[in-house]
Amino acid sequence: MLNEFLAEFAPLLTQGTIDTLVMLFASTAIAYVFGVVLGVILHLTAPGGLRPMLALNAVLGWVVNIGRSLPFIILLIALMPMTQGLVGTSTGVRGVIPPLVVATAPFVARMIEQSLAEVSRDAVEAAEACGASIPRIVFSALLPEALPSIVRGIAVTLIAVLGYTAIAGAVGAGGLGDIAIRYGYYRYEDEAMIVTVILLIVLVQVIQSVCDLIARKIDHR
Amino acid sequence: MISIQHVCKTYPGGAQALTDICLDIADGDIFGIIGMSGAGKSTLVRTINLLERPTEGKVVVDGQDVTALHGADLRTYRRRVAMIFQSFGLLAQKTVLDNVCFPYVAANGKVSTQDREHALELLERVGLREKASSYPSQLSGGQQQRVAIARALACNPEVILCDEATSALDPKSTNTILKLLRDINRETGVTIVVITHSMDVVEKICNNVAVLEDGCVVEQGSVADVFANPQADATKVLLGKVDWDA
Repeated sequence: MLNEFLAEFAPLLTQGTIDTLVMLFASTAIAYVFGVVLGVILHLTAPGGLRPMLALNAVLGWVVNIGRSLPFIILLIALMPMTQGLVGTSTGVRGVIPPLVVATAPFVARMIEQSLAEVSRDAVEAAEACGASIPRIVFSALLPEALPSIVRGIAVTLIAVLGYTAIAGAVGAGGLGDIAIRYGYYRYEDEAMIVTVILLIVLVQVIQSVCDLIARKIDHR
Repeated sequence: MISIQHVCKTYPGGAQALTDICLDIADGDIFGIIGMSGAGKSTLVRTINLLERPTEGKVVVDGQDVTALHGADLRTYRRRVAMIFQSFGLLAQKTVLDNVCFPYVAANGKVSTQDREHALELLERVGLREKASSYPSQLSGGQQQRVAIARALACNPEVILCDEATSALDPKSTNTILKLLRDINRETGVTIVVITHSMDVVEKICNNVAVLEDGCVVEQGSVADVFANPQADATKVLLGKVDWDA
């Protein structure tokens, strides 16, 4: 029976896992590029920050909050024209990466902002008193000091994005979430559902453990 | 020579931290600024390196109005005025040596072999050369403060500002730090401004002292004079000359 199951589902599940991993890591990586920039600007321009700019801070805060308010499925559909223009399709793995990035970047911005806020104010003030410029403080003091916390944030982000990729299955993006919905939910193929869920659990555990391990290794506090 | 001229600091919201402060600090002096918590000592010392900008008045260093400085000029000026903090202000994710080298990174964006040599000499000077590759969390408070002093010396400053530098330390480490500061002052002629709430610290290392109360200088003079003949009530309280039931 196991053999039968594997013969039927192994290629599907393998492809699903690969699709999920591609969506997950590609969109998270791109989201971090935007999210880190946004998060650093939010941190610097906040009241009491190194370069308080309240209007810019408020506007960016709004943009980030709006990005985080929209349910992902709505964002996915609303962005279809943009996605089409950007990557030539609004379905499949490729078509879901742009909306995933748009949904994840504001989330990352808040994670980064929070990690930076944890950095000791005195250490930053000491860097300032040494005559360091703001970019120097960001790259040589703030970000390196916050790195272990940022790595822990990456685990939280990856796992949240994993949840989004399942929703993306609804527009034919593929991946494990899609398999769970199509085979497990619509066709009552319980085995497919169970195996998919187990694969997702393993993925979450691995992401969390690896990130925890790295964070512990690089944290010298 | 640091000349603080009619400095006022009012925070947005109206809280007045400093009122018309006038102080002259001579080159090579060890100058104490003493007061209770909330008297405005930290705010005052931060106006010297412009971590706080005075709302009125100016700070003149060697004839130059530093309150007018911005951007790159301000950063260059800050390299002449080092600072050490109550909580040490070390970067927890960098080694002791990298912390001492931070001022070079701040100035040039990189650390040359020569800089590294100099940093190691400074660690030798504060007695922590063997801790160069340790991290701050592996050191005691007194050792961390010595690292901070080595970092303060990295750019050969003309002034060292000490904001409650010994307040978090036990009496033995306090003495070590105070002696180190005094010796460095004698060796290099660097001006030291010491912020503290402890008369003990003032008595041990300062030549001159100003007493701050509610953002105003209520008394100043040589340590010997102020100790022998305190005038202001705040000074008497700080000297413990007031009945503690009062």
